[in-house]
Amino acid sequence: MDALDVSRWQFGITTVYHFIFVPLTIGLAPLIAVMQTVWVATGNTAWYRLTRFFGKLFLINFALGVATGIVQEFQFGMNWSEYSRFVGDVFGAPLAMEGLAAFFFESTFLGLWIFGWTRLPRLVHLACIWIVAVAVNMSAFFIIAANSFMQHPVGARYNPETGRAELTSIVALFTNNTAIAAFYHAVAGAFLTAGTFVAGVCAWWMVRARDSAEVRTMYRPAAILGCLITLVSAAALFFTGDSQGKLMFKQQPMKMASAESLCHSETDPDFSILTVGTHNNCDSVTHLIEVPYVLPFLAEGKFDGVRLDGVKDLQESHEQKFGPGDYRPNLFVTYWAFRAMIGLLAFPSLFAVVALWLTRGGRVPQQRWFSWLALLTLPTPFLANSAGWVFTEMGRQPWVVVPNPTGDQMIRLTVADGVSGHSAGMVVTSLVTFTALYAVLAVVWFWLLRRYVVEGPLEHDSEPAPPVPPGDDDVAPLSFAY
Amino acid sequence: MGLAELWFVLLAVLFVAFFVLEGFDFGVGMLMEFFGRAAKGDREQHRRAALNTIGPVWDGNEVWLITAAGAMFAAFPGMYATVFSGLYLPLLAILFGMILRVCAIEWRGKIDDPAWRSWADVGIAVGSWLPAFLWGVVFAALVRGLPVDADKQIHLSFGDLLNAYTLLGGLATAGLFLFYGAVFAALKTEGAVRDDAVRFAARSALPVTALVAAFGLWTQLAHGNDRTRVALAVAVIAQLTAVMLVWSRGGDGWAFVSTMAVVAAVVVLLFGSLYPNLVPSTLNPQWSLTIYNASSTPYTLKIMTWAALIFAPLVMLYQGWTYWVFRQRISADRIPASAGLSRR
Repeated sequence: MDALDVSRWQFGITTVYHFIFVPLTIGLAPLIAVMQTVWVATGNTAWYRLTRFFGKLFLINFALGVATGIVQEFQFGMNWSEYSRFVGDVFGAPLAMEGLAAFFFESTFLGLWIFGWTRLPRLVHLACIWIVAVAVNMSAFFIIAANSFMQHPVGARYNPETGRAELTSIVALFTNNTAIAAFYHAVAGAFLTAGTFVAGVCAWWMVRARDSAEVRTMYRPAAILGCLITLVSAAALFFTGDSQGKLMFKQQPMKMASAESLCHSETDPDFSILTVGTHNNCDSVTHLIEVPYVLPFLAEGKFDGVRLDGVKDLQESHEQKFGPGDYRPNLFVTYWAFRAMIGLLAFPSLFAVVALWLTRGGRVPQQRWFSWLALLTLPTPFLANSAGWVFTEMGRQPWVVVPNPTGDQMIRLTVADGVSGHSAGMVVTSLVTFTALYAVLAVVWFWLLRRYVVEGPLEHDSEPAPPVPPGDDDVAPLSFAY
Repeated sequence: MGLAELWFVLLAVLFVAFFVLEGFDFGVGMLMEFFGRAAKGDREQHRRAALNTIGPVWDGNEVWLITAAGAMFAAFPGMYATVFSGLYLPLLAILFGMILRVCAIEWRGKIDDPAWRSWADVGIAVGSWLPAFLWGVVFAALVRGLPVDADKQIHLSFGDLLNAYTLLGGLATAGLFLFYGAVFAALKTEGAVRDDAVRFAARSALPVTALVAAFGLWTQLAHGNDRTRVALAVAVIAQLTAVMLVWSRGGDGWAFVSTMAVVAAVVVLLFGSLYPNLVPSTLNPQWSLTIYNASSTPYTLKIMTWAALIFAPLVMLYQGWTYWVFRQRISADRIPASAGLSRR
């Protein structure tokens, strides 16, 4: 392995890891804000306890999202310095704005929310969690706008004198159709993750505490809320994914051809569900199960008369345009990650339907298998999120900035040209450091979440403390402390 | 003043804000063990009192670093690319420390168990000492110059990063943050913890002042210019004022403001010594990265200026409000019992 491979592994590992925690943060913050709003509006303490319960889980998760986020920002310069030099004029702006316009809000107001329970008037305190909820979603937008420049560079031109991309329109960068489609898709994925999390945890508690009063006042309503969020998000994922796919067929035909293992250009090819083969050479792939009409619809919204380019033809046309080289992504990963992303969506959706059915008309499920189903469903949205990003990022290889077919073709960069000139040994050092540290922290994160889920909403949280104005007292009457 | 000059100033302002705010967070983290050991009564409550002085604000303070790095990427991509790849290992160590610190602070109270807490304390200590020292090393190495070649690449040798000057820089920032943390803790606590903080600040005042003065003088003599003399003078006067205030117990608030001025002045001294370079080349001055050859286009700088003008004052406003909300002191005997779960 050379420095490029090690750097790619490091970026892959640290990014997939970071995005375990991020979707839960993005989706759970608004859900907690809703729970707290219900409590403030109705005075129903069940929702107060739910807010505190999921608030603790949120904070355990938030810490790792923040900690691993710094690595993401530093890594562009540390490991992809030539990429940073090439796109810095364009790519730096959304990252800096994310800090200024989103991350400051979420960090500062989260601090106020954690420590301000009895210090702030109730409505001000409620506003804090809403600001956090909006800000985490703003964060997502800025980061995805930056990422979308790598997928579909717009709003910039190539300067032959400096040899780098230069921003010409910030509006074009932020209204990049790729960015808007990807933002809705990623946010829908985040809400699906959080909806499933709330539904799964509460469903498990419903069965576990089936004889207690909390089942009807807390777990059942929260589980239903989670299920509804899950179903709405699943539908949103379907439509946003479809619009994103249609853009990708136009903007990154190689990625979509690889996702289908489509070797040769065809009119109305079938959608592949199952293949056998190593995928190293796309001719060696045997298509076992295929469905007609689906693929033309995914690409252009029609059922026939759609011509799609195959990997081999695209490879040839790329070589003519960009010179000799291998322009194919890893077919095996692209093909299966795409299917994993879509397939894994079935689990949370099915679970939500089952849970809504079992809780219909005031019923409380008591089945042991249902609580097991809830637990088994919990990881599936996380895996689907990862599969989606693996697909979209691996699918753009070997590019780090994919040339825009209708834009400035000179704005393009391969990962090999974007990597820093480090020795492999140095990058291995950081890869091992991050992987080992992240592994330890992942174990602690999981253990902590599990410990808090199993403990449930604590008794001492059953009564909300009234807000106390600071007064003249010199020493703070703390209600919460680290 | 052109856009490139303006952004050099704004970048300096962002790093000033980061070190001024995160500096006392590092200091409190570095001192937690001291507060535990100094306590006559319940050691755990003393550590918690110290930690909770930064509890509501440390996360927001850290965002100044994220924004400073993002602004460097946006305004001076050439600097961001060269410095971040060139100083790979020290930045890796800083990241390692800061990751540990975030998780340790946030998770420490989640489990009510002595072994769990002592692991978290290790994380907070490592995560505070390491960056506090290494940021000084990194900035000193930058001011001293790095072996930037004609292709803007750095092939760092051991001596470029670790030498007498950079080690002094690391000791100076670590010492200064330690003192700053003690002064902050004195301002934010009551009772025994406050006494311990004042005692620590008073005892550490002389060595810290010596380190900061030595580093400041060396910087001024070797890399400074006429303008940076002002920053050095401010740093020295503010430091002496802070020491006098600590020794005479002349007001926790003024001691804190003075120390804050020292931190700000030291950062200004470092940036002022760089100007108009961003990364001076030790191989050939022609190859240095400057605010002109490493900056973004005027269009990007203009966009970023608008973003900074709109959002930075807003951030200062609501962060300032946060400090106002949590303005009261914290006392070890009035900290609520740990809300953490048992280990089980």
